[in-house]
Amino acid sequence: MSVMKTHLWPEFIIERNDDRCIRCEVCVNQCSFEVHSFDATFNEVFAEDMNCVGCQRCQVFCPTHALTIRPNPTQPRPNANWRVEHLFDLKKQAESGGIVLTGMGNDKPISIYWDHLLLNASQVTNPSIDPLREPMELRTYLGRKPDRVMFHRDSELPGGPVVPVTQMTPLVPIETPIIFSAMSYGAISYNAQKSLMQAAAAFGTLANTGEGGWPREFRKFHDNVIVQVASGRFGVDLEYLNDAKIVEIKLGQGAKPGIGGHLPGEKVTADVSQTRMIPEGSDALSPAPQHDIYSIEDLGMLIHALKEATRYEKPISVKIAAVHNAPAIASGMVRAGADIIVLDGIRGGTGAAPKIIRDNVGIPIELALAQVDERLRKEGIRQQASLLVAGGFRNSGDVIKAIALGADAVYIGTAAFVAIGCTLCQKCYTGKCAWGITTNRPDLVKRLNPDQCTERLTNLLRAWSREIKEMLGGMGINSLESLRGNRLHLRAVGLNQWEMDALGVKGAGF
Amino acid sequence: MWDIGKKQNPYSDDKLHDACGIFAMMSRSGRTFAGDIPITAMENMHDRGNGLGGGFAAYGIYPDWPELFAFHLMFETKEAKAETEKYLHQHFSSMDGEEIPTRPHPGITSAPILFRYFLRPNHHLLEGLSEDDFVVQRVMHINLKIDGAFVFSSGRNMGVFKAVGHTEDVGRFFKLDEYEAYCWTAHSRFPTNTTAWWGGAHPFSVLDWTVVHNGEISSYGTNRNYLEMQGYFCTMHTDTEVIAYAMDLLARRHGLPIEMVCKVMAPPLWKDIDQMAQADRDLYTTLRVIYGPLLMNGPFSIVMAHQGEMVALGDRIRLRPLVAAERDDVIYIASEEAPIRLVEPTLDRVWIPKGGEPVIVRLDDAAMAKAHPEGRQVLK
Repeated sequence: MSVMKTHLWPEFIIERNDDRCIRCEVCVNQCSFEVHSFDATFNEVFAEDMNCVGCQRCQVFCPTHALTIRPNPTQPRPNANWRVEHLFDLKKQAESGGIVLTGMGNDKPISIYWDHLLLNASQVTNPSIDPLREPMELRTYLGRKPDRVMFHRDSELPGGPVVPVTQMTPLVPIETPIIFSAMSYGAISYNAQKSLMQAAAAFGTLANTGEGGWPREFRKFHDNVIVQVASGRFGVDLEYLNDAKIVEIKLGQGAKPGIGGHLPGEKVTADVSQTRMIPEGSDALSPAPQHDIYSIEDLGMLIHALKEATRYEKPISVKIAAVHNAPAIASGMVRAGADIIVLDGIRGGTGAAPKIIRDNVGIPIELALAQVDERLRKEGIRQQASLLVAGGFRNSGDVIKAIALGADAVYIGTAAFVAIGCTLCQKCYTGKCAWGITTNRPDLVKRLNPDQCTERLTNLLRAWSREIKEMLGGMGINSLESLRGNRLHLRAVGLNQWEMDALGVKGAGF
Repeated sequence: MWDIGKKQNPYSDDKLHDACGIFAMMSRSGRTFAGDIPITAMENMHDRGNGLGGGFAAYGIYPDWPELFAFHLMFETKEAKAETEKYLHQHFSSMDGEEIPTRPHPGITSAPILFRYFLRPNHHLLEGLSEDDFVVQRVMHINLKIDGAFVFSSGRNMGVFKAVGHTEDVGRFFKLDEYEAYCWTAHSRFPTNTTAWWGGAHPFSVLDWTVVHNGEISSYGTNRNYLEMQGYFCTMHTDTEVIAYAMDLLARRHGLPIEMVCKVMAPPLWKDIDQMAQADRDLYTTLRVIYGPLLMNGPFSIVMAHQGEMVALGDRIRLRPLVAAERDDVIYIASEEAPIRLVEPTLDRVWIPKGGEPVIVRLDDAAMAKAHPEGRQVLK
């Protein structure tokens, strides 16, 4: 086979202001995609634009701001049907014969309903509440709740002491309705996972291990960790299950509904192989389904097997990708014994997924959330499970709208990574992340200082929590539980009637 | 049927907004008072209402038939009355009907036909239901299915009287000065729309449970969702309705003591719960976790009452006024101190209850046995 000349052209253009460049070679050292090189003979820094992924690492670290990285303005003849992205993918496939891989969440303009929902605020008949001066409560308990409280009373007299005799189910409190999504060690770096767990512990919320096992050194964060049991069963043993606060069965992922997790062999280093219990350098491809779950009754058996293994002391969560018949599936999951249901929407992130699946399979989280919440209420089983949602939450406005649509709490992944450096270059699957987040190369991983990242992450949680409190207070509400499913505080703009019906909200002005 | 939702809320707002004045008084020893006392108190707070609704609940007013359910009905037409009476005959064994006594008053216009019936459920029709549940179902049937009929009171040895108009006028129209009650609660409305429907005035009632309410419930959507799961349908779209249903669910169906009902509606803050001793921490955590959707958020003062018991409660950050006072065996509750001072110038004690701290008044045992021989509600 002859060497093929690539028909691709650079996606990004690197512009170097030579008046500013001091030849310090920071860009050369920072770029993990081998774009920049320094030629001492000519005292010149060169750039190979073709390698650039647009991650902005060099630009941010250039001490003299000599660099500008921007999308290549070169365009073929404009064509509404055959857009540049299509041309690129076609050419890549013609040159490789493979599935086009990508990382992060869907980047297409598929209806983002958060941008079409607006919040209410109190005026006159009801005072808004100032969270700087009045209490404002965000605490949330995750897990199955009993239907009612039963009391025992010591005396028959009214006013006598009462003691609740209701057997409480295992519940996990979080101090803000924001949790860090499932992101596995291997897909993300050791330091990235450590930062997430440290931040969750510092703030009183939770971080999810993802499906790649749980490094032993991180077990000390056990009060703030959800462990995953996915189709690959990586790293799962009795201790793993019992060390965690919540056990989550992963059946699907919003970025790639219908297929299992992908971890390219390049990222399976010695430590990753030990944690996952797989050979070093081997691709870790989780089976598409869980092979012991081909039906809802099988799911019930796994749920109860995990409850047995953890002595009925931990809520069992079940995560699915948001797909067409999510409401019926969710109802079955609750009846099969799930204490927490997780829905991951089409904008959910990933470390590696076939691009065609990421961009075309699943539904927006807003619609799935609204319909699942409504279905569970109609069936009278809403309090039997907490409802967590994931998939592209960008700010506290998205979070509070999700609560009003019926979510108990929200998983964030991409937003947390942006807080510690990520610029959404979508090259997580290459293992070369210049920011040290989705790589296991020691020289790159060490770029991520866990203590500094923990500070950035707790700052993010604090900022969002403050914003949520401000918005809640504006609505005249001082406890998050009073907004949950309270869609009267939402109005829609720019939506069709069927979309408003699906979301269960009125149009603005009504 | 009267389309209650349309009558109550012709603009199809999410819910009605009211602001109001409330007054209540109760004697622990069962001493009774004529209705001119609450009428005088409400007249003093005239400006808190706007004439679009007022009403009273009175306990102990039918001492001759304490075991019979006293139904107060409003009818739009004679046909509605005939149909309702036929229905009542089918389901109740003893039945005495009479017009509710009224005197003409210039402030009260377009009155519907007002009748009351003293009823005993037909026992062979109970089919395992308690008498209370049987009555609730009959009331729901009449209100939702019979065109032009509305039951606005259905408890034993108590009655609700309400109308469109200023509260003091409503009281005089219904001749409340001729009734003697050991407990009175009263309410004037200031709705923020122009709806004027007699059934929409306070108190709201289910069986002998009544609620008068001043405030706006910001958690209405959450409360309503939860209550719908429990089989209550909010046909009137008022926030007072969700309080009445929450009270019925918690106190009657789930058997919570009234102080616990208050702690569901206005729970202690988590930061306070965290500081409590183990037993209380468990109790309040359990209540909040399970009944979180029934937390009443937003500004409110409410007075709830049922047989032999009255409770006043303000929201946990005290966004609506509530004053309590005591003189001998009588407790007074009002939106303002002035009406209490007007009807009882010498008081032993006047205080402003803390947010979320209920003021509970109970009949003593002897008075209870006399007024409500069927006994207190007991926990199961």
